[in-house]
Amino acid sequence: MNLAIVAGPATTGKTSVIRHMIPKLQQAGKKVAFLKIDVQYAEEDVELADEFQIPTRKVYSGELCPDHCNVMVLGDALEWAEEQGSDVLLVETAGLCLRCSPYVEEVLGIVVLEATSGMNLPLKVGPMLSLSDIAVVTKIDRVSQAEREVFRARIQDVAPSVLIREVNALYGIGIDPLVEAILESPEVKGQLYLRGNPPVGTCTICVGKKEVGWQSHFGVVRSLENQNFYRGQ
Amino acid sequence: MIESITIVGGHGRSGAPEPVRQIELKMGNVVSIVGPTGSGKTTLINDIELLANGNTPTGRRILINGDIAPSAYRYDPAQNPIALITQHTNFLSDLPVYKFLETHARIRNKTAQGVDALIDQVLSFANQLTGEPIILTSRMTELSGGQTRALLIADATIICDTPIVLLDEVENAGIHRTRALQLLREHKKIFLFVTHDPRIVLLSDFRIIMREGSVAEVLTTNQDEKMLSVGVSALDDTLCQLRDKLRWGKRLRVEDLEVLA
Repeated sequence: MNLAIVAGPATTGKTSVIRHMIPKLQQAGKKVAFLKIDVQYAEEDVELADEFQIPTRKVYSGELCPDHCNVMVLGDALEWAEEQGSDVLLVETAGLCLRCSPYVEEVLGIVVLEATSGMNLPLKVGPMLSLSDIAVVTKIDRVSQAEREVFRARIQDVAPSVLIREVNALYGIGIDPLVEAILESPEVKGQLYLRGNPPVGTCTICVGKKEVGWQSHFGVVRSLENQNFYRGQ
Repeated sequence: MIESITIVGGHGRSGAPEPVRQIELKMGNVVSIVGPTGSGKTTLINDIELLANGNTPTGRRILINGDIAPSAYRYDPAQNPIALITQHTNFLSDLPVYKFLETHARIRNKTAQGVDALIDQVLSFANQLTGEPIILTSRMTELSGGQTRALLIADATIICDTPIVLLDEVENAGIHRTRALQLLREHKKIFLFVTHDPRIVLLSDFRIIMREGSVAEVLTTNQDEKMLSVGVSALDDTLCQLRDKLRWGKRLRVEDLEVLA
């Protein structure tokens, strides 16, 4: 089984990219399964099942962070995809708080960013970008070529080793290299490990303390003066 | 070294094969793309910019020096031989002009001779095309449509410095076209203009005529048209002068049109 995890902020075109990957994977003789992880609303599972007659699932993370949810359900999802007779599982996840990334060691991690989202976005998405293997840039037809090239430079500044691929997800141009990367990725086996370090636990907010101000909290506290640039490692 | 690009015909919107099967553009050629709105002019330059290889809706293929373009052209901006100036006249980029140009020069590997000198060159090129000058500390998003287009043309010519430049309806930008054509002609490149402007068309070596999503015909500018182009340029200059006078708050007079008599 080949597994690819596709992450990215809302409305960047993750599903459009996947929609173009599926037929190309099918042409390569692969049976594809799809899992969507979102917080509270998604219908991509129904759409893609209709469009390509493939097994799909969705899971709402609800009160959990989607990345946390991903860690919980990925093992089950692989078993499910296996039962469906699939060779490739594509997981689409919204990622959310940008403290950890949904990527797994030895598994292809793809982040989808839009060229229209402003030059500072690459600096803001943290490990979702810096721990990915491939950064896909969508909506390239909406900006000037110069701006596209500068956006790419901003990605390279934050994540020098990440492969950048520009795609036009309307027409499916630039999808082939992504499909090749999935086909060339190693088969998943054994215990899977999350790439990068999860955020430090014991969050007082998570356990229900509502007072504002670090003085009211314990464990991991931070004042305004304590700033760092976070890469997830 | 890029010496030529070849457009290999695909199919029109109806699915019928494109009437013109092959067009070769050689280094130094100035070419116009003409046709009514919706005839597929912009789609053609998008195909060229994407180095289409049968993978766009038109099924066209673009060859460089007669061969399929190396994938590095698409994936390494420093090697991309094509600069495209689109009709988009707004920047989304939230960077100051200096930072934008500096970053672009860096990714295009053009910083060897000194970034500031290069940026000065871009700015002086752009400011010859605009009314109000562009200032390096302005944010890109604050520039007007004309300033944006002028900056993009200067950026494509000096920072990208690519052998192939595609310009989509540059006449609509509110920039000094005559000056733009003069400045561009100083650089030996393949220029493709999507245009409705008779002056640009008649100054081109040939024109590609689009109809219903297909290249219908290719017309070389003939002797008669070359002679006409002098008159057309005079007419256009006169109109530009009138436009400038109005812009600067002056009144027009009957004598302003006498040059045409």
